[in-house]
Order: sequence, then structure tokens, then C-alpha cells
Amino acid sequence: MADDGIGASVRRKEDYRFLTGNGHFTDDISQPGQVHARFVRSPHAHAKIKSIDTTVALKAPGVLGVFIGADLAADGVGGLPCGWTITQTNGELWNAPTHEVIATEKARYVGDQVALVVAETLDQARDAAELVAVDYEVLPANVNLTQAAKLDTPQVHESVPNNTCFVWGLGDEDATKAAFVKAKHVAKLDLVNNRVVANAIEPRAAIGVYDPGSDCFTLYVTSQNPHLARLVLSAFVGLAPEHKLRVVSPDVGGGFGSKIHIYAEESAVTWASKKIGRPIKWMADRSEAFLTDAHGRDHLTHVEMALDDDGMFLGLRVDTTANMGAYLSTFASAVPTYLYGTLMQGQYTTAAIYCEVTAVFTNTTPVDAVRGAGRPEATYLVERIVDESARVLGIDPVEIRRRNFIPADAFPYQTQVALQYDSGDYAPAFENALKTIDYAGIDKRRAASRKQGKYRGLGISSYIEACGIAPSQVVGSLGAGIGLFEAAEIRFNATGNVTVFTGSHSHGQGHETTFAQIISERLGVPTENVEVVHGDSGRIPFGYGTYGSRSLSVGGTAIVMAADKIIAKGRKIAAHLLEAAESDIEFADGNFTVKGTDRAKSIAEIAFAAYVPHNYPLEEVEPGLDENAFYDPANFTYPFGTHLCELEVDEETGEVTIDRWVAVDDFGNIVNPMIVHGQIHGGVAHGVGQALLEQAVYDESGQLLAGSFMDYCMPRASDVPSFEVGGTVTPCPHNPLGVKGCGEAGAIAAPPAVINAVVDALSPLGVTHVEMPATPQRVWRAMQDAKA
Amino acid sequence: MPTVSLSINGKPVTAEVEGRTLLVQVIREGQRLTGTHVGCDTSQCGACVVHVDGKAVKSCTMLALQAEGANVTTIEGIASNGELHPMQAAFKEHHGLQCGFCTPGMVMAAIDMANRIPKLDEKTVRHELEGNFCRCTGYHNIVHAILAGATAMRG
Repeated sequence: MADDGIGASVRRKEDYRFLTGNGHFTDDISQPGQVHARFVRSPHAHAKIKSIDTTVALKAPGVLGVFIGADLAADGVGGLPCGWTITQTNGELWNAPTHEVIATEKARYVGDQVALVVAETLDQARDAAELVAVDYEVLPANVNLTQAAKLDTPQVHESVPNNTCFVWGLGDEDATKAAFVKAKHVAKLDLVNNRVVANAIEPRAAIGVYDPGSDCFTLYVTSQNPHLARLVLSAFVGLAPEHKLRVVSPDVGGGFGSKIHIYAEESAVTWASKKIGRPIKWMADRSEAFLTDAHGRDHLTHVEMALDDDGMFLGLRVDTTANMGAYLSTFASAVPTYLYGTLMQGQYTTAAIYCEVTAVFTNTTPVDAVRGAGRPEATYLVERIVDESARVLGIDPVEIRRRNFIPADAFPYQTQVALQYDSGDYAPAFENALKTIDYAGIDKRRAASRKQGKYRGLGISSYIEACGIAPSQVVGSLGAGIGLFEAAEIRFNATGNVTVFTGSHSHGQGHETTFAQIISERLGVPTENVEVVHGDSGRIPFGYGTYGSRSLSVGGTAIVMAADKIIAKGRKIAAHLLEAAESDIEFADGNFTVKGTDRAKSIAEIAFAAYVPHNYPLEEVEPGLDENAFYDPANFTYPFGTHLCELEVDEETGEVTIDRWVAVDDFGNIVNPMIVHGQIHGGVAHGVGQALLEQAVYDESGQLLAGSFMDYCMPRASDVPSFEVGGTVTPCPHNPLGVKGCGEAGAIAAPPAVINAVVDALSPLGVTHVEMPATPQRVWRAMQDAKA
Repeated sequence: MPTVSLSINGKPVTAEVEGRTLLVQVIREGQRLTGTHVGCDTSQCGACVVHVDGKAVKSCTMLALQAEGANVTTIEGIASNGELHPMQAAFKEHHGLQCGFCTPGMVMAAIDMANRIPKLDEKTVRHELEGNFCRCTGYHNIVHAILAGATAMRG
């Protein structure tokens, strides 16, 4: 291993610009002559738009244009699509209503855009937006998820009866029914998976630029997937043909899923830049982001586990109502279905599983992927029902898991819910975690905490997830409208340094460093001589972007495949230069060597020869050293592990303090341990936020009450401890690096670890469940209710 | 229109501003120093932290006119002669940043923390970071970077 190759904790190349204030985030970029956009948004959750009077606003100082939905429709601008068609349990296709870029007839959530104001300065645009007179007829709002599908609940979309987008099922319903019929014991839980807001610290932003000379648009946007944005904006929204549209994702300050989706704002400002003839910049205020960024989670679930006397999992039945919000966002339908139901097996040999999901519309912000996207929801209910099963039977939650783990010799393991786990060995990570936290000593620690007026609890989360999305044919057969391969191009320059063009995008993941490490390892070029370029459809041929923990396993493999092509071509060139047979050429550590001799050419010399082909096998090989590869993965990857949360609950206040967090994860082979640990830390903190602090609360009229950082509690440094991170390595068998994804695992594992710990802490009082977020008030109330 | 005169990173600046113009707007738009970021509208997130007369201040919560005569230091002003400030170097060494958006505010808050508190420990650092959000790192490496950076600052 080179000291900057695979496995090294190489310090990041991208840090210099971020540490010195030289990043180029979208709002940092200014185009000559740029003007500013402000959207007029509905203050009502549900209202008919009777008329919009823009005459006063148009006369306000600095205003260059005021646009309404009809203006876009007149230009043939289409709606925002949801890219994953769902077939229902009754065989019919889903009910997918139109999602206009700017609403024309009805506003369907507080924040729904009804007009766009463009002015010379942002303050002028803000002032003018208040002068746009919208005549609303307020309608009753459908906000309550439990009521949404009922007959007399207001309909969000005329075309969608009972507000039901789809009813979807996965698994064997009959086998599961049978398992429950014969079960000696049944554990049951009703669970809420609370609605959260991703809240990347950089708000969404976009700059639309139109060049009349070439009739081309350039869009700078805070997107996790610029090529996908380009495809959607071209093929569905119809702004321009793809070859006339360049989308650039510059430095992006975190995404967490909320920046995957194609939104109204970038669509509208791109379109309007041609109308106005000036570049148009828009950035969300934080309170605007709360209203308009796709929210996450928001499930109501009833789950039951059928058990025998020994605590074996005979059957799992899951019934979920999932909130889609007011419109279908880009990936929304996949999140509570194919990214959710498919994880119900967990790490266990549960014999029969059936999961049914009813997806409904409400007059709230659209809901879509947020870090983990479906897998946190699945893991939460699986790990909670496992603990509840242990409680019902009086079995230790550690022991019940040991009994039900899929054994190491059972792989590849076909689950009851479509996926086939390719590899796995759950017990070592589990036992390692228990040892690290000193599980044996927990009772002593509990007693010591009691003396201090605290209840101590330890919560287990043995998770598995499916990421590295995805095999295109698999997702295509399930209703996805796109492929999910990844692309890479490796371009050697004549002077021997390398530019790597990747379809992945880094918004914090460190690809500029880790992808350079792959080049160092596979091609022997030191990382300081490797430039990784991402985020620009004008420079990178294609890519599907970064989400679903896919960049290393899919994007990294594309790079390895391109590197193999470089080596294959280099071998031919070296054979010529070294006057040897190609079969006698070996490549290692950046050098092509004639077997059994010390005659060698470095890859830099090969590159120079390729670009200055004076002494060169032109009859066999073209000049240049520039190869690309497209990689479509054979399967998902299956990271897994065990997280343990040990915490204390204050008996007076209900406040929860996390004392220790032990994470033992298996991500296959590790390229940069430092970066992987950083992803775990961040994911766990994010999950702790959901478990203890965060909730996007609406009132009964559909107003978002938790609509700012004053009201929505983000995790702070004092809310989490330092994390103890270990690992096991079960290499992924189907990609050349043997790697899996790690970016979402912490957010997937953490919530059940926390809630299982809180319930464990309060079990002496008879508390059996606490809903997320387990705020001091909720915990205190649970304690009081149990004592009563 | 009123004007404000101040010094930013040692350079004298005079700007025409409105009464409602925020200090962060003078920094980002007026002076094109885009290292200082805006992440919220309620003064919680800390992405906008700069130093005003040697103290950490949220530049989104200060009117430009309030900075009359002040010495303001932004993230662009703390490296010297092309060498990273010890706190910047510590953040790099300890992987205290991922997307980089909260980072300038974090580093400025960290330097201020180290200046004020001679004996920093983990608990104190975590408490002092109440006004700085990070969504990427989970704070673990930020805390360790700050402890290391503070030690390095003491030389």
C-alpha cells in the first residue's frame, strides 16, 4: 500500500479552500449583471387561487418581471416528475397527480409557490413580492396523517380519491398470516417515525443563466446530482434540450437527500433567465428552506412479530401509512416502498414477512428521501419490535438477537422481501460492541446511576441496510424511470498528472481525496498529482450523482474499471517502448516492467509517449491516454453492524443524556478510515437528532410551527458524546474494491439504539415505549403515566 | 444613504449602506469575501461568525452601521504569509470539516474560544459550540480539532 493509497487516512485535498474561505458555494458565485429572484408563497395550506394581480408589483423599484404559473404553461413548461412508478397491490398503477412548477389553480401547502418576482436587488425582490396580490379562497386543510385517507377528509388533488397515492405490498401475505395463526406469542407496537427536515447548513440556491448567442442555458444549483437534474429539466420540465443545458453543482454545503430532488425554484429561475435576459440568482432563507425542502420520514406504523417460546421470529407483519405531503417529489415513491419494505428481514432469519404501505397526500410540504431514505424507518421498527419481543417473552434483548441472527454460513441469503444479501457475518460486530461497552457491567452502572437520581439504559441497534444503488435492470423492473450506473473518465495529461472526471458529486464526502487514493493505489500516481473533477455536466460526460451511499461502490468501481483500461493500453505502449512482448509486461506501483528484468517505464513516461507519439505503435494503438468506463452494479451492497447507546434519564426532568456510543460497523474494505469514521459520527448525530430533538410539527390548519432553528431543535455539540468506533471487514463480493457504502449507516442505526435505551432505562417503571423525539417532556410524561 | 467606515482584515473599507444592511452583507456582497456564510435567519447556526474588535460576533445579527470604526477579521484574514493558522491546520489534521459550509464560522468561534479560555476541555468546548451547527461531522472531530488547535495556539 502506498502511503496515500487505499486504506490510508489521507488528509483531505479539498480542505484548503474550505478552511481559508475560498470555497465556491452557489451563493458565492456571481454572474455579471445578475439579478435576484424571490418567490411568492401561499400562506395557506390549502386554497383556491382565484386571481393574482401583479400590476402593483411590476411597478415597484427595480422589478424586471413578475411571473405566474400560466406564464410557464404558455411556454410549454412541464411539471416536476416523480421518477418511480408504483404498481399497487390490486395491480393498478398509482395515482400520480401533476406537480406544477408554479401553482396555477390551487395552493396545496404553506410555502407552495404561486408567483416569481425578479428584481435588480434581493431587497427589491422581497419588497415587490409583498405587493403581489393573490386572492385566495381558503379551503379546509388535510393535515392529520391518521385521517388523510378517510372519505370526508378534504382532497388535496381532485384526481386522487381518498388522498391515496398507492397501496403497496411486499412479502408473502399468506405465509405471514399462517405464521401468526400458529404463534404462541405475539409482540405488537404502534410507532411514529417522526417527520424531519434535512437542514443542510447551506440553504438551497440556484443561478439560471441564458446565453442568447448560443441559445444555451447554464444552471448553477445546489444539487447532489447535476446530470440527473439536467435530464429531468430537459426531458420532463422541458426547459431546453439536454445539449443546450449545462448544469453545474459547485461546492455544495451538505445535502442529506434534500438536494437530490429537482425543485420548482431552479426550474423557474432557469426558465426566467431567458425571459429577463439576465442571470437570475435565488437562495432560500432558512425559514423558506423549512417550508420547501423535501421533508423526511413521517410514517405511522403498526407492527407485529409472531414468536415461539424460544423467541424465534416466526412472522413479521408491518402496516404503514406514509405521508407524501402535497405533491410527489422526485424520489418520493421509492422511499416507503423499495427502500423500506426490502429491509424488513433485518439481520434475522424471520421466516415470513409481509409489509403493506398506504401512501397518502396531505396539505404539507412534500416528503422524500432524507439520509437513509426508508432504511431508518425500516430499521427503527425492526429493532423496536425485536426489543418488544424480548420484553414480552422475558428474554434478554442480547440473547434474542443471538438466537435469530442469520448465521455466517448462510450467505448468499435470500430474504423474504426480495433482496438477496450477498455476504455478512453479524455476530462478530455484535459481540465486539458488547465487549467494548462492557455489557456485563451494565447492572452495576445502572445501580450507580440510580443513586444519582438517574435511570441508566442501554439500547441495541443491530442494523443492516441496502445501498450502493443500484442495478439498473432491477430498479427498472420495479418501476424506476432511470438507470443507476455510474461513469468515470481518467485522463492522463502529457506531463504525467491525471484528471479524473466522476459522475459522483461530493458535498462533504471527500471524493477529491478518496478517489485520488484509488488512482494512487491502482495507477501509482501520487494523490497530489491527481485532480478529481465532479459536479459539472459540461465537463463530465454523465453520472447519476451522490445519494444512497453509492459513490464509492458504484462511482469508485467505474474509476477502477477505467484504470484497468489505462493499464491495458499502457501495457501495449510499454511493450513497444521496451521492445518486449506484451505478455512479458507487468504493471505495479506505477511502473511497467519487463518480467524478470529491471527494464521499466513509469506510467508518466507512457503518458508522455501517448501524447507525443514519435516512438509509438500507431498501427495497433491510438495516441492519447484517456479512458472511460460505465459501471452498473450487480447488486446493492449490504453494510451492517451493531450500535450501542448507553444513556441516563433524569428522574426529575426527563432529560436524556447520552453517556457512551459504541459503533461497530462492517463497510467491507475501507479506502480512508478517517473519512469513514467522520461519516459514522455525522450519521449518528443526525439519528440522535431524530430520536431526541427533531420534529417538523404542523398545526391543524397546516401551518409549520417548527419552521426555524428557534423552533426546530437541531443537534448541537453538547447533545452528543465522542463516539467509539470499531469495525469488522466482510468484503463486498461483487465489486473489485470489495467496498460497501457508509454515509447513511449512522442515521439508520441510531434512532432505535436511542429509543431502545430510553425504554430500557425506564423499564423499572413499566414504560414500554416512547415516541420520537423523546424530548424531556415526552419522557417525563411517560414516567408519570407509568407510575399512575 | 449612510456610510460606514471600518477595517476588514486590516484593509480600510468605506461603504454606502442602508439602515437595514447587515454586516454579513457588507462582507459578502460589498467586499466579495464569501468565506463567511449565511445558513439561517434566526441567528442560531453560526456560519456567519467573524471577529469584531477581537471578539466572535454573528455577522448576520449585526447591522453594518453598528460596525463603524471596528476592526473586523474574517476567515480570509487569519492565515498569515500563506501559512494556515494553527486552528485551521488542526481542523485539517483532525478532519474537522466535511462539506465546509459551517467551517469558517466554526474556526472563528474556535479561535475566540481558545483566546478566552486558557484551559479548554471536551465538555467546555461542546458547551461553547452551542451557537455553531454542523450537520455533517457529528462534532466529534471538530471538538478534537479545537482542543488540538488551542494547544497549538499557545505554542
